[in-house]
Amino acid sequence: MKRLIFALLLLLFSIPACLAVDTPDEMLPDPALEQKAQQIGQQLRCLVCQNESIEESSAPLAKDLRHIVRLQLQQGRSPKDIEAWMVQRYGEFIRLRPSFSAVTALLWLMPILSLMVALLLVRRLWHRSASAPAPLTPEEHRILDSLLKKD
Amino acid sequence: MATLATIFCPEGGHFALALACALAFMQGILPLIGLRRAESPLITLARPLALSQCLALLFAWACLIIASLGDDFSLKLIAETSAINKPWAYKIAGLWGNHEGSLLLWVTLLSLWCAGLALLPAPTTARPEALPPRLRARILALLGLVGAGFSLFCLTASNPFLRLWPVPADGMGMNPLLQDPGLAVHPPLLYSGYVGFAVPFAFAISALLEGKADALWARYMRPWVISAWALLTLGITLGSWWSYSVLGWGGYWFWDPVENAALIPWLTGTALLHSVLVVEKRSLLQGWCLLLAIATFAFSLSGTFLVRSGILNSVHAFANDPARGLFILGLLGLYGGGSLLLFAIRAPALPSPQTGFSPLSREGALLLNNILLCTLCAVVLTGTLYPPFMQLLFGRTLSVGKPFFDATTIPLTLPLLAIMGVSVALPWRQARTDKLLPRLAPALLVTAGNILPAFWLFPTPLAAFSALLALWVISAALCDLILRLRSLPVGDRKLHHLPRSLWAASLAHIGVGVTILGLCGMAGSQERLIEARPGTHTTLTGRDWELTALTAHHGPNYEAVEAHLTIRHHNAHGPILATLTPEIRLFPQQGQRTLHVAILHRPLEDLYAALGSVKEEHDPQGQSHYTAILRLHENPLASWIWLGGIIMALGSGLHLLPARRRLLRMKRQVQA
Amino acid sequence: MTLTRRHLLAALPALGAAGLGVGFVRMLHGLNQGHFDPRAINTPLTGRPVPDFPALPPLSDTPSSPPGLTRGDFQNIKQPILLFIWASWCLPCVEEIPFIRHLATSLAIPQSSHTAPLALWGLCYKDHPTQAAHWLEQAGHPFTRLGMDREGQAAIDWGVTGVPETFLIMPDPQTGGRIVWHGTGSLTDTLYQAHIHPQLETVP
Repeated sequence: MKRLIFALLLLLFSIPACLAVDTPDEMLPDPALEQKAQQIGQQLRCLVCQNESIEESSAPLAKDLRHIVRLQLQQGRSPKDIEAWMVQRYGEFIRLRPSFSAVTALLWLMPILSLMVALLLVRRLWHRSASAPAPLTPEEHRILDSLLKKD
Repeated sequence: MATLATIFCPEGGHFALALACALAFMQGILPLIGLRRAESPLITLARPLALSQCLALLFAWACLIIASLGDDFSLKLIAETSAINKPWAYKIAGLWGNHEGSLLLWVTLLSLWCAGLALLPAPTTARPEALPPRLRARILALLGLVGAGFSLFCLTASNPFLRLWPVPADGMGMNPLLQDPGLAVHPPLLYSGYVGFAVPFAFAISALLEGKADALWARYMRPWVISAWALLTLGITLGSWWSYSVLGWGGYWFWDPVENAALIPWLTGTALLHSVLVVEKRSLLQGWCLLLAIATFAFSLSGTFLVRSGILNSVHAFANDPARGLFILGLLGLYGGGSLLLFAIRAPALPSPQTGFSPLSREGALLLNNILLCTLCAVVLTGTLYPPFMQLLFGRTLSVGKPFFDATTIPLTLPLLAIMGVSVALPWRQARTDKLLPRLAPALLVTAGNILPAFWLFPTPLAAFSALLALWVISAALCDLILRLRSLPVGDRKLHHLPRSLWAASLAHIGVGVTILGLCGMAGSQERLIEARPGTHTTLTGRDWELTALTAHHGPNYEAVEAHLTIRHHNAHGPILATLTPEIRLFPQQGQRTLHVAILHRPLEDLYAALGSVKEEHDPQGQSHYTAILRLHENPLASWIWLGGIIMALGSGLHLLPARRRLLRMKRQVQA
Repeated sequence: MTLTRRHLLAALPALGAAGLGVGFVRMLHGLNQGHFDPRAINTPLTGRPVPDFPALPPLSDTPSSPPGLTRGDFQNIKQPILLFIWASWCLPCVEEIPFIRHLATSLAIPQSSHTAPLALWGLCYKDHPTQAAHWLEQAGHPFTRLGMDREGQAAIDWGVTGVPETFLIMPDPQTGGRIVWHGTGSLTDTLYQAHIHPQLETVP
């Protein structure tokens, strides 16, 4: 019975599933190099699954790409070269972190742009404080503090 | 039973849904007419209409649940998502795991919020902050209008009560990945949060219509913002917990469009939570607060529906139906666009504040917090929408994923944490540096004292620095609590005598700190991928993990293989720390398998094991051996991430409890 | 009512939302019409020379089997090449069989003078030789060259994300073959008439 279940399971295990655990034999023997490979892999998108890096996906193509990353690292190529190699074949789409270009300028500049607009708007509020009533006297402060404490 | 089934039949539910839709229209229109013509009978209709709409929708749910439990596959929804051998709990929970059911849930939760508003007692001298009847009628009417549009959508384009002919003998079953207790509770919680922001939205529209958003208005609105925020926080926490414990590869946040869609209203909701305070205490930022209330609800709507239209490249997208997509966009345009248009017309007429801000004051800090939160929101929104818009406008395909979001959001979160610590010590209006420093000194000392341990304990300088900031937030909140306690009269120095709002704010801040500490801890997670036969030992961070056996068992609608792992301290002969049994479940009906990870939560780390696959090998003697592929993790401080979320949600919920002053007054009344 | 800065600022959110709304409507429209696909991957090879890839062996060593595929084969081509990337285990490739069969037979008939003759080449992706042979049998042995990419490495050089995919390559003595069109998914007659046929007419 037990063997039957195992057999059944093994038969169906060939269904490709995203988000699965992979085999350890594709890992590099050198832990430092393997870590470097994982870092590169996490920047590259799995082209078959949605919104996953090739490190996380167990799709066959992702597996092949992982293998290529490791092969090229062993050949002594730099992470930059490997990413360029991938982009040459699969286009900008493969980068999970788009490179800065005219097309992605708005995306990358959004934080600064948004902060600048906000500060520009707030500056007017701050400016207005110049015409605000004079700051409270220490006596008024004391009264206000006691009132606030009561609250 | 037979009579019960005839009363609660699908047609009954269908009728109840249609009735609810009609009631929602009446709830939306009649009180508004009443308010305009000052006819109080029409105004008082708002409450009974809201309650009966809620009852009708609950009846519709009862019908749907009874049909699902009775395996009525003549209903299309049930035939497509259920099956005879599905466990009964998932027959109920599975109802909201699809487009039709989740929309009905959305409408029902909205009606529950309305019922909550309708059931609250009218203002008395003991409860002066309760909603005055006219305002309540207006809010209920606006919520009725929102509900009307969505129940109409539910009836016409996404009806859960549609029949199927011929009736199949068995259903198609549910996606096994969704058969998880966490995921059964996750949508209702998340949706209650999303829908809850409809109430502040209605407050904002009401304020725009009346042309006044004063401190009292903010005071009325605040509890509703807090409750919606708390539920959304819980929903997001649970969702993240689900992806950690079910998806099976140790991550907890993937920056998927669906996750971003929940994060965006959470960020604007958090900004709203803080700006409403400024309106209440200083009568400043009214326009901004109104805009945030509208934006939060509009983002909630888009988050719930747009993600499912197929526009965004998400794993979670439901099967897309063009008619539905356009209907949803129409509703979004009507509610979101219409209210923004109203804002554009009416907001400039709001009284403009005469006083300004001092940068060094509570309101100054809250303003900065709003700026950073909204910048974060802008970044997440841009990152989520950039790929489809680039493709639409320039025909370019590109990806925006985790590495981008990590690189942009972390630098914005760190200053936010720094401000959080300072802001609790700042008084309203104008702070004096000579008074501020002594208030902050204890927290500063605690943080400074932990610099070395942090850099020693955490794996990267960034993680250590973030952890220090988290510690700063926690210690500042605690320090503020202690100082406020000491400022109470000597005989009255009890923790529960502190105002509820102070407790709520402090706990919410502590929760944020705890979550950030958890995130920093997870940066140092260790994992190992092994191929093991029973009896194999592996060492991971000074502990011995042994695969003792591989076994198989049957579930109600699946077959499973379990790996039994024993974890020992130090080495293979050390004392046993725990046993973990990760498993793989195979659902033959769907031909799909799911991983069931085993997690041992410890206060300072999670031990986490996932079984990847099992291989059978034969040796020359014809004996078969099984080899398992296992992924073992040690995740430091992992459970703190979700613990922090729970502290945030429950802590801020404290604010909703009756204030102590009123409790005392009530006690006195009872004694008298 | 005079327009002040307050009015402009208050109108900004509505304008932004309107912009997003128009975008969403166009995307939904595109989704329904089939010209907007959020999951599309535009690989960058179109307009570029044929990439370098490892030499691929033929299906078998028998003389009846078409020769294998190397980068050098593209160097001196005189006619446009339609390169099919396929595998017998992929369902859309099986669905593609009738069209390929039809295309191969129509190409065997002498062409009208203004259309350049087209050669069909194949790249078989991660397949077993026996199953691949069966597929070829069904398709009526359409390919004049066929490379077996057992490891899938050459397909990666071509930027292939899944089978089937099709490339149209024009002769170019300087670069040794230039890719002018790249299609993902099964090739149909509609796609052929829309994308490939016009290209062939431009060849002198």
